[in-house]
Amino acid sequence: MAGGNNHRMKELSQKRAICAMPVAGSYRSIDFTLSNMSNSHIQKVAVFTQYNSRSLNEHLSSSKWWDFGRKQGGLYVFTPAVTVNNSNWYRGTADAIAQNLVWLKNSHEPYVVIASGDCVYKMDFNRLLEYHIDKKADITVVCRDMEPGTEIERFGTMKMNEDFRVTEFEEKPLQAKSNTVSCGIYVIRRRNLIEMIERCMEEERYDFVRDILIRYKDMKRIYAYKIKDYWRNIASVADYYGTNMDFLKPEVRDYFFKQYPDIYSKVDDLPPAKYNPGADIRNSLISSGCIVNGVVENSVIFKKSYIGNNCVIKNSVILNDVYIGDNTYIENCIVESRDTIRAGSRFVGEGGIRIVVEKNERYVM
Amino acid sequence: MIKKEMIAMLLAGGQGSRLGVLTSKVAKPAVAFGGKYRIIDFPLSNCINSGVDTVGVLTQYQPLRLNTHIGIGIPWDLDRNIGGVTVLPPYEKSANSEWYTGTANAIYQNLDYMESFNPEYILILSGDHIYKMDYEVMLDFHKANNAEVTIAVMPVPMEEASRFGIMITDENRRITDFEEKPEHPRSNLASMGIYIFNWKTLKEALLTMADQPALDFGKHVIPYCHEKGAPLYAYEFNGYWKDVGTLSSYWEANMELIDIVPEFNLYEEYWKIYTKSDILPPQYMSRDSVVERCIIGEGTDVYGKVYNSVIGCGVTIGEGVVVRDSIIMNNTVIGPGCEVYKAIIAENVQIGKGVKLGVGGEAENDTAPHIYNHGLMTVGEKSVIPEGVSVGKNTVISGVTTAADYADGYLASGKTLIKAEER
Repeated sequence: MAGGNNHRMKELSQKRAICAMPVAGSYRSIDFTLSNMSNSHIQKVAVFTQYNSRSLNEHLSSSKWWDFGRKQGGLYVFTPAVTVNNSNWYRGTADAIAQNLVWLKNSHEPYVVIASGDCVYKMDFNRLLEYHIDKKADITVVCRDMEPGTEIERFGTMKMNEDFRVTEFEEKPLQAKSNTVSCGIYVIRRRNLIEMIERCMEEERYDFVRDILIRYKDMKRIYAYKIKDYWRNIASVADYYGTNMDFLKPEVRDYFFKQYPDIYSKVDDLPPAKYNPGADIRNSLISSGCIVNGVVENSVIFKKSYIGNNCVIKNSVILNDVYIGDNTYIENCIVESRDTIRAGSRFVGEGGIRIVVEKNERYVM
Repeated sequence: MIKKEMIAMLLAGGQGSRLGVLTSKVAKPAVAFGGKYRIIDFPLSNCINSGVDTVGVLTQYQPLRLNTHIGIGIPWDLDRNIGGVTVLPPYEKSANSEWYTGTANAIYQNLDYMESFNPEYILILSGDHIYKMDYEVMLDFHKANNAEVTIAVMPVPMEEASRFGIMITDENRRITDFEEKPEHPRSNLASMGIYIFNWKTLKEALLTMADQPALDFGKHVIPYCHEKGAPLYAYEFNGYWKDVGTLSSYWEANMELIDIVPEFNLYEEYWKIYTKSDILPPQYMSRDSVVERCIIGEGTDVYGKVYNSVIGCGVTIGEGVVVRDSIIMNNTVIGPGCEVYKAIIAENVQIGKGVKLGVGGEAENDTAPHIYNHGLMTVGEKSVIPEGVSVGKNTVISGVTTAADYADGYLASGKTLIKAEER
C-alpha cells in the first residue's frame, strides 16, 4: 500500500508519496517493506500507488534492485486506471485491492501479505505466516507496544485476550485505550480476502481497516502478532525526523546495516563522498556523492548534497541533491530535496522542526 | 540478423606483477580504485557511455573477482538481449589447446565471438588505465581518414617518451613509423594501447599470423599491417589518462582524486563511471572523527582521524586512529589507536590495536625494490596484523601474521613479510 498522503507530513508530501520519502541517507521508505518481502522469498509483489506517484514510480522503475525481476512472479505497480465499469480513484485500501481483483484472482498463491510502505522495520514474513497458520487465524495483524510519548492517536489501537485474539480495534482513536498499535501489516488467505473484498464492493465500502478488520472482528478469527524489534512509521514530520535521527544510534545502524538480511535500494551510481579542507563532521551520516566543505553535527545528509565553505549544519536532515551555499547556518531543519540554498542563509527551527523549501536557481559548473 | 557497427574487446587477463601483493590474488583490472571502483570500471563505463554495447572481456589470470564483479553487466547497463558483456576465458579445443599467449593471440582465439556480431570495426582496449574517453569520436576520426587501423596516442614529455611505444606521424596524423621504447625518440606521441581495427583487416592479419608465438599487437600485428601498406592513423587524446601499472603510479592516481577540483573528476554528471555496489548504507562519522581531504565509500564508519586519503566501502577506522596519505580498500578494519602513514592496504585486512604502519627511516626493499618503493607500505588482501607492532617504510605484508613474525614487535623499513602460503 503506497498510495497514501497526509497533512502530517506538511510540505514534504507535496512532492511525493510518503512511501517514496528518503530515509537513513541512502534509502527510501518503501525499500524496507520491499526488502523484507524479497528476503522472505515472496516473489510476487503488487504496489498500489495513487498520490503523487512520479517519484515513487521512478524509484520502482526496475524490479532488479529487490531481486523481483523473475519469471515467476515479479513487481507489479498498480495505479488507478479508468475501465468500462470504473472511473474512480482508489477510494480506500480495500478499493485499491478491489479495482485489481482480477490480478488477485488469477494468482495461485494461497496467502496474501498486506503491508504499508511507510514504515521502517525488518521482518521475516514467513514467521508471521507460521504464526497465522498455527493460530488457525482468518486474519493476523502485526502489532507493537509503543513507547510512552508516541502519538498513538494516529494509529489503529488494539486490545486482545490472553490467546492474542483481537477483541477491540479502534482506528485513529481520539483517546487511546491501549498502547498496542497496528503496524499495518496483515496476513490473510487469498480466497478469504477475495470473498471479503467482493462483499465490500457490493456494499460500497472501501477501507480495509474500517470495513474489514473492524466489521469482521467478532465473526472472524483475527489474531495479533506482536513484534518487539525496531518498527517506526514515518508519516508525520516528527516521526520522520526521529526515524532519521535514530540511525545515528549505533544499535539501530548495526541492526539495519550490519545484520543479516540487508535492505536493498535503487543503485544511483554516485561517486564516494568527498571531504575537502574545512570539513568537520561529528556524529553524522553522510551518503555517497556528497561534497562537504563545512561543519556537520548530529545530522543525516542524503545523497549528492553539496555543503559549502564555512557552513554549519546542526541536528538537521538534508535530503537528496541539495546545494548549500557558503556561510549558511542550518539548525533543526529538514531541507527538501533538490533545494538550492543561497550563500549566507540562516534557517533555524525554533521549538520544532522547520521544513526548508528553497527553489533558487542553481549554477552548475 | 545481428549487426553491430563496433564491438569492444577488453584485455583483462594480465597479472600486473608490478602491483606486487595487490595482484597476488586478483587480476589487475579487478584491483580497487578511487574508494568504490575497480580499474576495469573505467573502460567498461567508457564503452557504454560511447554507445558501444557489446564488450568481450578476455580473462586469464585469477579471474574470480573479475567474474563476480562483471556478472551479466547490470551495473554498466551491459545486460543486453543481443551483445552486452561476455567474459571470454581461454578454453580447450579439439587440437592445440593453449592459454592466451599474447594480446593478439587472445583476440585470435575469439574470432568466432567477434564474427557472430557481424561487426565493421573492432575496438581493442586494455583493462588497466584510468581515463574517460569517447570511443565514438575516435571512430569518427577513423572513418574520416578511411583508416584501417587507428591507434590512440597521447603526447608525453619528450624525456619520458623512451618508456613508451612511440608513433611517428605525418602532418595528417598518418603513421609513418613507430618505435618501441626508443632510446632517442623521434616523436612524443605515446601509444595508449587502444586500437580501432577494420574487422576485415584485423581478421586477415590474425589468420595470417596465427602461428606467431606470443602474438602481440604492438610487436606483430601493427607492424604487419604497416608493412602491408594499410593506412594507420594516430588519434591524439589530450584528456586525463593514467597508467596505474606500478604501486607508486597507482598511489598517485588515487591521491589526485582528492584535490579540491581534481583533474580527473568523478563528480561530473556527464560521463558517469559505473561500478557494482554491494554496500549501500551511508557512512558514519563519530563525534571525535576528523576527515579532511578525503574521499570515502559507502557504509564506512570513521571513529578516528583521516587526512589525505582514499577510503573504500565498509571500512572501519577505529577510535584514536590517525590515517594519512593512504589508500584503504573495502571492508578493512583498522583497530583502535593505529597510526597509518603512506600505506596501501588491500581489501578485508584486519589490523590490531595500536599498530603503526609506515614509520621509521628510509630503506630500500630487500626483495623487490622495483615494486616496493617511494616509501610506500603495502598490505595484501585478507592479511592480519597483530596488535601493537610497528612497521617501517618500503615494506610489504601479506597473509595472517602473528606477533612471532615481528622480532621485538618491529618490522624494519625495507623488509618483506609474505607468509609461505601466500607466495
